Amino acid sequence: MALQGTCREVGDIAIVDFSGKITLGEGSSTLRKTIRDLIDQGHRKILLNLGDVDYIDSSGIGELVGAYTTVRNAKGELKLVHLTKRVHDLLQITRLFMVFDVQSDESNALRSFK
Amino acid sequence: MVRIQGFFWGLLSMAETNQRLEVMLDTHLESVDLAENIIKRVTEAAGFDEDEVHKMGMAIREAVVNAYNYGNCQDRKKKILLTVEFNPELMTIHVVDEGEGFALCDVPDPLAEENLLRTSGRGIFLMKAFMDDLRVERGPKGGADLVMCKKLPHRHSGNGRSAAR
Repeated sequence: MALQGTCREVGDIAIVDFSGKITLGEGSSTLRKTIRDLIDQGHRKILLNLGDVDYIDSSGIGELVGAYTTVRNAKGELKLVHLTKRVHDLLQITRLFMVFDVQSDESNALRSFK
Repeated sequence: MVRIQGFFWGLLSMAETNQRLEVMLDTHLESVDLAENIIKRVTEAAGFDEDEVHKMGMAIREAVVNAYNYGNCQDRKKKILLTVEFNPELMTIHVVDEGEGFALCDVPDPLAEENLLRTSGRGIFLMKAFMDDLRVERGPKGGADLVMCKKLPHRHSGNGRSAAR
């Protein structure tokens, strides 16, 4: 399934509920465009809900890293929540848990923003 | 699409005997999904569990992405050859491109601190992680031949059907 993202806001935090695959091609570009649009709109606190993302390949991982860097360069914070086991395992073996702030649930994630 | 579905039925029986399959793929983004789906069907039929099927599908996806992007540089005149071979103990998969070739030792370690924020360069690492063995040889046209091996989950019985675990 192609990646789809739905944005909502809680206070000054933008939450994006993604569903589908983040893979080479359309999925990766959807993620990139979503992040750029949020930054352009002035958002600096972004939470990506990956609960319905069942597949990420190395291109998708690269896009997540790119999203992290884009937000950080804009002096913002990007966090992840609700990782599926496969995505969790992938971030673990690639050591990206050291990079990303991964939260277990949304309420904790919202509280963790500065 | 009908032709491809019929093709898949042939793959299912292939996994149960000592056979070899070759698929010539176009240098096209759609070939990435096609190759992954072929490997998933074959590995399912060979008796691998769901998690292993997923991992091997992903390893081959990464290999074809590598051939598409870096080997053939998205040149549609070039081809990608996917080969699957079974013997009683081992499944061996080749992904051969028509590029310049490369050496594994030249690929930067994506786990190194200085590479963690790179947006590419994790495909080879994932292939290594998800297969028992990965090596890079020189293809017949000078490109890279990514050779990936995986021990089969159980021996096949002599009647052409998979033996129970």
